[in-house]
Amino acid sequence: MAEAIVPHQEFKKPQAAKGDTTSLITGSEAIAVACKLADVDVITAYAIRPYDTVMQYIAKLVANGELDCEYIVAEGEHSQFEIVKHASACGARVFCGSSGVGWMYAMEALTVTPALRIPMVAMVGNRALDDPGAFGVEHNDALAVRDLGWQLVWVDSAQEALDVALMAYRVAEDRRVFLPLAISCDGAFLTHSQGLVKIPSREKVDSFLPRYNRGDLLLHPDNPISVAPQANEDWLMEIRRQTAAAMERSPTVIREVYKDFARIFGRDYGNPFFEEYMTDDADVVLVGMGTLSTPVKVTIRQMREEGKKVGFVRVRWFRPFAAEELAKSLGRFKAVGVIDRDFSLGSPFHSGVLATEVRTALYPAANRPPVLGFICGLGGREVTVPDVRKMSEKIYEAAAGKSQPLTQWIGLRE
Amino acid sequence: MATTDRELAELTHLRGTQKLDAFKGVKKLPLEEFFTSGHRTCQGCESALVMKLMVKAAGPRTVVLGSTGCMYVANTTYYSTSWVVPWMHTQLGSSGSAALGASAALKVLMRKGKMKEEPINVIAFCGDGGGADMGLAAISATLTHPDYNCLILMYDNESYANTDIQLSGSTPYGAHTTFSPPGKVKRIMHHRWKKNMAGMLAAGHPTCKFVATVCMSYPVYSMNAVRKALTIGGPTFIHSLDPCPKGWDYDPMQSHELGELAVLSGIWPLYEVENGVLKLVGKTRDIADGRVKRLPVKDYLLRQGRFAHFTNDDLDYFQSKIDEMWDKWVIPGVIPFRKQIDEDRPPSA
Repeated sequence: MAEAIVPHQEFKKPQAAKGDTTSLITGSEAIAVACKLADVDVITAYAIRPYDTVMQYIAKLVANGELDCEYIVAEGEHSQFEIVKHASACGARVFCGSSGVGWMYAMEALTVTPALRIPMVAMVGNRALDDPGAFGVEHNDALAVRDLGWQLVWVDSAQEALDVALMAYRVAEDRRVFLPLAISCDGAFLTHSQGLVKIPSREKVDSFLPRYNRGDLLLHPDNPISVAPQANEDWLMEIRRQTAAAMERSPTVIREVYKDFARIFGRDYGNPFFEEYMTDDADVVLVGMGTLSTPVKVTIRQMREEGKKVGFVRVRWFRPFAAEELAKSLGRFKAVGVIDRDFSLGSPFHSGVLATEVRTALYPAANRPPVLGFICGLGGREVTVPDVRKMSEKIYEAAAGKSQPLTQWIGLRE
Repeated sequence: MATTDRELAELTHLRGTQKLDAFKGVKKLPLEEFFTSGHRTCQGCESALVMKLMVKAAGPRTVVLGSTGCMYVANTTYYSTSWVVPWMHTQLGSSGSAALGASAALKVLMRKGKMKEEPINVIAFCGDGGGADMGLAAISATLTHPDYNCLILMYDNESYANTDIQLSGSTPYGAHTTFSPPGKVKRIMHHRWKKNMAGMLAAGHPTCKFVATVCMSYPVYSMNAVRKALTIGGPTFIHSLDPCPKGWDYDPMQSHELGELAVLSGIWPLYEVENGVLKLVGKTRDIADGRVKRLPVKDYLLRQGRFAHFTNDDLDYFQSKIDEMWDKWVIPGVIPFRKQIDEDRPPSA
């Protein structure tokens, strides 16, 4: 049952840094630029805010002759993801995306993609789920596929969005992985917010990103295979195990790709899985994902001036989840507070999704600091400096042994 | 300035198709099969015959995408696929999207020089549940893309036959299914009239070049419809009526005969719409031209157990609806708009 594992490919030597430019662009535009640099073949669009800005930028690139691809406006998210799924099976590099309930509308197509070993790259412009309608950010949309074999990464700047989009194709299309990958960008805070972005040259990208090779899984008359026949109880478990094994290989590939990215593009993200901010001497830390990093870092700098040693750990990769590494890191502190921009109703301690994962990661660890869960910033509500101060105070109380609820809603109107 | 067809073709990078000439009779058919042993369809399954003849007509340079349904579950048991050509499963409502995605990939990869230049047929099939119900929006969307060469074939056995014979949007009025069983109080549980898929898709998608209805009781015509659909270029649609021994409740040896009765009773008109021109075909044309008399629909209905609970009144009602199709529709059997007959006109003031 072992899958054919193709050894890691050799890449061309990096070119000189000529042709690099700097632009003031949004997170969405950064990903559109990455699609152009990666020479994506088939792209499907459907209208829903806030992710759809990426498709507007891509449409302009196509109209201006800067990107040669099949750009298809679908009639719904389910079709959007099914179209690129089949295009990828036929050997095309694909891009797709959605937000909120649009992502949920595509759920059936999202479900089948990992087991088909389709290395689709998608952007999720994180948005609150209906009802009631809200445009603002919540992470429940992307998190809904967390058990299915999708690789999930959160970015917090336009530069990181571009860089991770390029790395996403390398990771997803590595034959050891061949799993879909979703890049989460917080709605409005990243999709619509500009930052200065270094845009690499096409030559550099070509030396980093080899062409998508579907290999013996290619659907083509020269390779007459039957894909996804009805399996039932006699084989389904073995097939699931193969998909699981691919996800287990993903961390190794992610590490390799980040390292190679630093070598070629000169931007070193350090540990790919999570970013640590002022943790070296920290007493307590906050943990979170996405753009809440900005108010958290600002508040931490203020509190540092007051002598409070608070740090921050920003989780980038949620799937695969770097449990052992994260537990080792968090074990150094007296208490941990996890900020969830999501909810998981009825879950252990009525926590958010990330808090539950962090507690699970810590359970087998030698040092297990108390973990408080905070639900904050739902529906695009701002995570403010006073919110972060309040959460930090509560973690200090937990560190001092004061008993309090394991999950608390912060910034809620009383 | 108006865009010409040629300019539009250049703008959309339209690609060529395989030139598949019509077969000139059953003795001229190739012997080679691309849908072979290994499938587990029921005895007398006409849909399996559709698969076999569809891909025989298309030939080896074809990619087939199959929606969930009988022709997925029964045809591709793991380790015993019956497909000789490349085949891929697609979700129940995604035949339109599958055809579009595969066609788009082949087109762009060849344009960019990432794949060898060659016209490759793309066929996506779906059952009536996957097509007339869940997949209608995706099929409709695909038929509006003039620049992707693909065929969507709906094999219609008039129920969700794989999942236990539940009614679909394509189940005929009054039929007994597991979701519409006749009971002590309600004899007729299913009051909806079957969707007119081919007519709806032909009328609703003006740039779609080919829509046809077929029935495998007329195999050479049906195979030639497939060949024309793949040759003409752009997205095309074929609707096949497939008698189903399990769902319709009759002896499997009668499948072929029931297909003929469907056409001869006028309930299943055979026609092609090619570049906007409607052509009634075979026995349907003979009926329309008065050369053959339409059989009473009860000759067709009473051969099937699913209509065994019908009373004479039910049969009369059903017959009256078929008569309407032929006598009152503006295009008999195809477009259900009524002709404005003199008696209906309001008296002038």
